[in-house]
Amino acid sequence: MTDTSVSKPGQTEVWITGIGLATSLGEGLDANWAALQEKRINVDEKGFAPYIVHPLMPVSFDSQIPKKGDQRQMEAWQRIGTYAAGLALDSAGIKGNKDILSKIDMVVAAGGGERDLNVDTGILTAEAKGANAPGFLNERLMSDLRPTLFLAQLSNLLAGNIAIVHGLGGTSRTFMGEEVAGADAARIALARIASGESDIALVGGSHNGERKDLLVLYEFGDFNLKDKFAPVWARKDHPGFALGSAGAFLVLESKAHAEARGAKPFAKLSSVVADLAKRKQPGDMAATLEKLWTQLPKRDGKGAIISGATGAEPATSEERNFLKNHAEFPVRSTGTMFGHAMETQFPLGIALAALSISRGALFPPHDSTGTEIEMQGAPTQIVVVGAGHWRGEGMALVEAV
Amino acid sequence: MTAPRDKLGRPVVVVTGMGIMTSLGAGKADNWAKLVAGESGIRTITRFPVDGLKTTMAGTVDFVSVDPFSSTALSERMAELVTQEALEQSGIGAKADFPGPLFLAVAPVEVEWPQRRELGRAVGQQDITYDDLLRISGGGKYSAYHHRFMFGSVAAYLAETFGTKGSPISLSTACASGATSIQLGVEAIRRGETDAALCVATDGTVNPEAMVRFSLLSALSTQNDPPQAASRPFSKNRDGFVMAEGAGALVLESYEAATARGAKILGVIAGCGELTDSFHRTRSSPDGKPIIGCMNKTLADAGMTPDQIDHINAHGTATPENDKMEYNTTSAVFGELLRKIPVTSNKSMVGHTISAAGAVEAIFSLLTLEHQRIPPTINYDTPDPTILFDVVGNKARDARVTAVMSNSFGFGGQNASLILTREPA
Repeated sequence: MTDTSVSKPGQTEVWITGIGLATSLGEGLDANWAALQEKRINVDEKGFAPYIVHPLMPVSFDSQIPKKGDQRQMEAWQRIGTYAAGLALDSAGIKGNKDILSKIDMVVAAGGGERDLNVDTGILTAEAKGANAPGFLNERLMSDLRPTLFLAQLSNLLAGNIAIVHGLGGTSRTFMGEEVAGADAARIALARIASGESDIALVGGSHNGERKDLLVLYEFGDFNLKDKFAPVWARKDHPGFALGSAGAFLVLESKAHAEARGAKPFAKLSSVVADLAKRKQPGDMAATLEKLWTQLPKRDGKGAIISGATGAEPATSEERNFLKNHAEFPVRSTGTMFGHAMETQFPLGIALAALSISRGALFPPHDSTGTEIEMQGAPTQIVVVGAGHWRGEGMALVEAV
Repeated sequence: MTAPRDKLGRPVVVVTGMGIMTSLGAGKADNWAKLVAGESGIRTITRFPVDGLKTTMAGTVDFVSVDPFSSTALSERMAELVTQEALEQSGIGAKADFPGPLFLAVAPVEVEWPQRRELGRAVGQQDITYDDLLRISGGGKYSAYHHRFMFGSVAAYLAETFGTKGSPISLSTACASGATSIQLGVEAIRRGETDAALCVATDGTVNPEAMVRFSLLSALSTQNDPPQAASRPFSKNRDGFVMAEGAGALVLESYEAATARGAKILGVIAGCGELTDSFHRTRSSPDGKPIIGCMNKTLADAGMTPDQIDHINAHGTATPENDKMEYNTTSAVFGELLRKIPVTSNKSMVGHTISAAGAVEAIFSLLTLEHQRIPPTINYDTPDPTILFDVVGNKARDARVTAVMSNSFGFGGQNASLILTREPA
């Protein structure tokens, strides 16, 4: 039902022709690739202590968002995404190409809701000190909230900002729903291009992990990694995810459209599948991952797996059990290297799969538990796995063209 | 019978079940009766204190209770109730076994003030920082709030309750979200991925901060007294929209699948279109080209020409800018034909149901086709002389209606249109 494999007759091949990355490891493909080769990880263990986050490597937003007025209208998560989207358009060679940008279809995976922490705590403090008039909250919100903050909180305003800053005039859809929203965004964009509904799409997401309001939300469920960093697979006795700041965007394009403009592919996106395991019993999630695995097209090339496992339990153990069934595939964890960027983790995984294929090597393992093993030679098929910390499972197959 | 495929060779997509809830009431029968009677669901807010607010009325759904209350919980409950109504009418699938995917338009989810205040009280000191909140948030005491305030939580609940297939999609295209949920369902059926789709849109976000946010953007009407007269689409003295709550659910099926199981066909989603405006975060491009393009794309998608549209269910928010822009763009698309096309705005009575509006108004459009009667635009006492729509003012109008265009425009340059017909073209 959710299978968008393009092996069906009459469906066109879909290429990844642009990648934009702004992460805790750096901006652009070379910086991210170099950091992965050097097994460099950027974590902040102090700024949010005891919580650990992967902060964005500072970038010059001016280079992709030239108007300061535009930057001021956004909060960090939108700036990161608008920046990464610009890098993806540059990478695909379509930045400023009005003919293409006027018809490009955008599917964005987004959270939102970035708070003004001072407004929140100012109100709570005043109430703790006795402010209890019926209209107190209303009055403080009316006087303290910046009028444009709302636009920096709305989920669909990441897409809106990308459209404004980069001049996109096709269609625009925003999917919400944490990790699997990133898989669904890729799934729907792929299905639309494969079926001929669309020629070219910008797909991705962005996340600001350096937010105490988000830490509160995940702390409700005891999901935050505390005290000490460890690779995702080594967190079994000390589970949790370290939020990561990242923007990851992809340009997906029909083969014919890419060829007509002389664009070269990083790789092709062959299939994206997703599901919602009930996760009521142990094994439910692993069984769903196994089902998705069988829905992917045949894998007979040199394969690998890029996992978005979060480090949170029980989801990470479920995923590890699934991976054990496919132990011949070298595994890499984006959560270890980049932190957990929620909606952005799946597009990030696809981006790294395409990058690995185009550069002829999988990046090195970073794991002490034996889950990640060395890989010799160039991968030709990489499965991207994205299982949510609470709900939602997605999988994609990225292949060499 | 008609061909199961449209002019472009795609499966025809029909509606076999609908459920609706607005400030007027629960269900199609109640809503339709009040809508054609010109009743308003707008009232002074009683859910929370309104002291200090510029706008004190809204189209709240107060007859549905959830405990503990949150806007997201209310959105979820309304979505559940309208889905039950739609499935009952459609008769599709089995209990908790809907044979297709879910596309849910839902307001962005966030931790809300009652919960934030609860945390503040639990800190137990007078100066409160986010570090203090963080210190007490863990340990399992508030684990239900994690689940409640996940963006995907409403869709996950509906998917489990109704047994939809695959990964449910939660989406936001601001005030066009409801239309987008329908469009995603239509596309999935046209691509042949599924024979049926459940498209739901819900919004229960009349809360203090949401009111303040729209107030600070000067988007809301402040004509608080009487509240029923606040929403004035196409009137000279309109001054903003009225926030409202509601939900709509549609069961979409391929014509072939619906007829094969003998389902009653309530209408056809003949065309969908969307086009992004990259001009400004809250304002439309002054030349209106993206909206004009959106309507034209929708006509092309339906394989129809403007002369085949005989009613427009307008976005009609009653903000000064929207209604003027909507008239200018619609007249650019329809030209001289527009004078003969009756136009109405349901928002005059139910207010602006934001994320739900596109689906709520699609359902009202389908009921208009069924009853051959166009609900009025109430509070239409002082027509704006620059808006030359044939507004169905104040009283419902009987009319021959074969094809309705329903428009939705949202912040972030979101434009979406639908064309609904009684029979496959």
